[in-house]
Amino acid sequence: MRVTVKLFATFRDGRFKVEERELPQGSNVLNILEPLNIKPDEVAICLVNGRDVNAQHFLNDGDTIALFPPVGGG
Amino acid sequence: MGGYIGKILRVNLTEGKISTEPLNMELAKKYLSGRGLAGKMFTDEVASDVDALSPENKIFIAAGALTGTNAPTSGRYVVVTKSPLNGVVASSNSGGQWGAHMKFAGYDMVILEGKADRPVYLSIHDDVVEIKDAAHVWGKDVYATTDTLKKEFGDDKVKVLSIGPAGENLSLISAVMNDLYRAAGRSGVGAVMGSKNVKAILVRGTGKVENANPDVMKTVLSSALGKLRENGVTGQGLPTYGTAVLVNIINESGIYPVKNFQESYDAEADLISGETMTANHLIKKDPCYRCPIACGRYSKWEGGEGAGPEYETVWVFGSNSGIHDFDAIHKANDLCNKLGLDTISVGATIAAGMELVQRGYIKPEELDGTPLEFGNAAGMVEWVRKIGYAEGLGAKMALGSYRFAESYGAPELSMTVKKLEIPAYDPRGVQGQGLQFATSNRGGCHVRGYMISPEILGLPEKLDRTSLEGKATWVKIFQDLTAVIDSLGLCLFSSFALGLSDYAALVNAVTGANYTDEELLACGERIWNNERLHNLRVGYSAAEDTLPKRLIQDPIVDGPSKGQTLKLAELLPKYYAERGWDEAGVPTPECLTKLGM
Ligand code: SF4
Repeated sequence: MRVTVKLFATFRDGRFKVEERELPQGSNVLNILEPLNIKPDEVAICLVNGRDVNAQHFLNDGDTIALFPPVGGG
Repeated sequence: MGGYIGKILRVNLTEGKISTEPLNMELAKKYLSGRGLAGKMFTDEVASDVDALSPENKIFIAAGALTGTNAPTSGRYVVVTKSPLNGVVASSNSGGQWGAHMKFAGYDMVILEGKADRPVYLSIHDDVVEIKDAAHVWGKDVYATTDTLKKEFGDDKVKVLSIGPAGENLSLISAVMNDLYRAAGRSGVGAVMGSKNVKAILVRGTGKVENANPDVMKTVLSSALGKLRENGVTGQGLPTYGTAVLVNIINESGIYPVKNFQESYDAEADLISGETMTANHLIKKDPCYRCPIACGRYSKWEGGEGAGPEYETVWVFGSNSGIHDFDAIHKANDLCNKLGLDTISVGATIAAGMELVQRGYIKPEELDGTPLEFGNAAGMVEWVRKIGYAEGLGAKMALGSYRFAESYGAPELSMTVKKLEIPAYDPRGVQGQGLQFATSNRGGCHVRGYMISPEILGLPEKLDRTSLEGKATWVKIFQDLTAVIDSLGLCLFSSFALGLSDYAALVNAVTGANYTDEELLACGERIWNNERLHNLRVGYSAAEDTLPKRLIQDPIVDGPSKGQTLKLAELLPKYYAERGWDEAGVPTPECLTKLGM
């Protein structure tokens, strides 16, 4: 399956803003994080199609994953 | 006594009379200082039927109980008055340095009453207070005024608070500015100062604020600073990117209003994100008094440099106007600072105007050749200027989006609650924040209870933004806690890392009080109910605890939150019950007795 990975704030440093990823069926968010060298506890907000999920969340074809370190404001 | 100075400066402008009086410590125990005590004095002293722009209205400029101490983020003061925009209690707070220096000069609060017979400014140098002629700065922008009056004062350490031309022109969306570009922005407080013919207040203080328990404070302070440093948001996110880091988070959550809330996701938002601003525009960070977080930005753009912009400003002049031109956003922000305008309300009024044009309500000949259409950046910047100087259609827009849209028979196109423009979060996709907008005591405002923190950022814990479960309770606690933080004179952003117990420890260490967590939160609840009672007296009712039709009736049309709606009808009764109010949203006698009101 194909998913879109979006990185934000410091996660972009030395990585990318947006990339497509080809993954085997049954992959979860952890399978995205590992090759990017991002530890699950560095992720403050993980959105899959805009919904907040945890690292064990299973992915589907066409999903958009947005990953944020701790950030905020107002 | 620590924290409080114990003295109020009262200036009767009609009579030219200056006096001081002791701070009522009995009231301060129950309402703290800042927003709380000033709000209580305002409701006691100003009759509810007073016209906001008449001499009978008063302005209470109040520092918090901890303002000017070594507590972190303790630079804030508040402007409390009757709002000319919507008649409710305006309590707009601002950071920078000015508030702390008012306390160094020896005052917890400055009260302005009556009306001067000509433009004046107030000069406060410790206990030497003078009302001076301001004819030469009337009509000048905030920067020029600050510069001229500083030179006149002859001491570079003086801090200046002033209004711009917008406040003089009685724009209902004008701000009170301090330290050049820090704004007590919302609810039209600039116009109230303008209506009294007061252009500026200078403070130069050489005193300091006492600390009741310096030894205890050392421990409390080190714990608070540690938490602020270690928290990812206050220790890294905000210092690195500023508040505009929210652009991508809110957008990816699908609650990022676009084109006057017609859409809720912007595929091009990253062009104007905090990440982009940091990479291309940031010159330096610009913290307020005693702030280790330093979210404030100082930026450059094509042809200029200056403060900001903040998240709400980026959004309102950016995506909400269909614009992705960062230079134009900077220019609009800079103009607002100089003309003394509230960026949120100005941008939202322009966006409402763009939709009025889109739907054919405004005829091209009304525009005097200045484009007013989504995506037109140069036109947007020019409209900001026209609003500030009340030129052409800008004079109508200077009254805010509600009156503007209503004048075309289309008030539903004004994205406001109680006539105050709603900031950068689509409430349909974030239930608690939606309830908060509907019930905020000053109208459409995010900083009366920032539910985005738990519902989107996961602080202090993650809540499902689409769920109604527990939201009424959360909103009440957040509103009450925020009233406490505002009344202590601390920055709301400290609450990403600090909780009620930290604030109790700080206020006890500084003032020598013995608040339990519950007692301190009860102060917040008292402050909230006092404001609510005022709003009911001026004629508001449960019917106004609502949002524009678009945000109540229509689902979100695009993006990750497509189809979502705000379930306000289910949330409101729960909220009233949680507050101990009756079904009409009126505080019950039991509720008021419990709070000692
Ligand atoms: S966090 Fe930002 S707004 Fe708050 S006190 Fe610090 S610099 Fe000022």
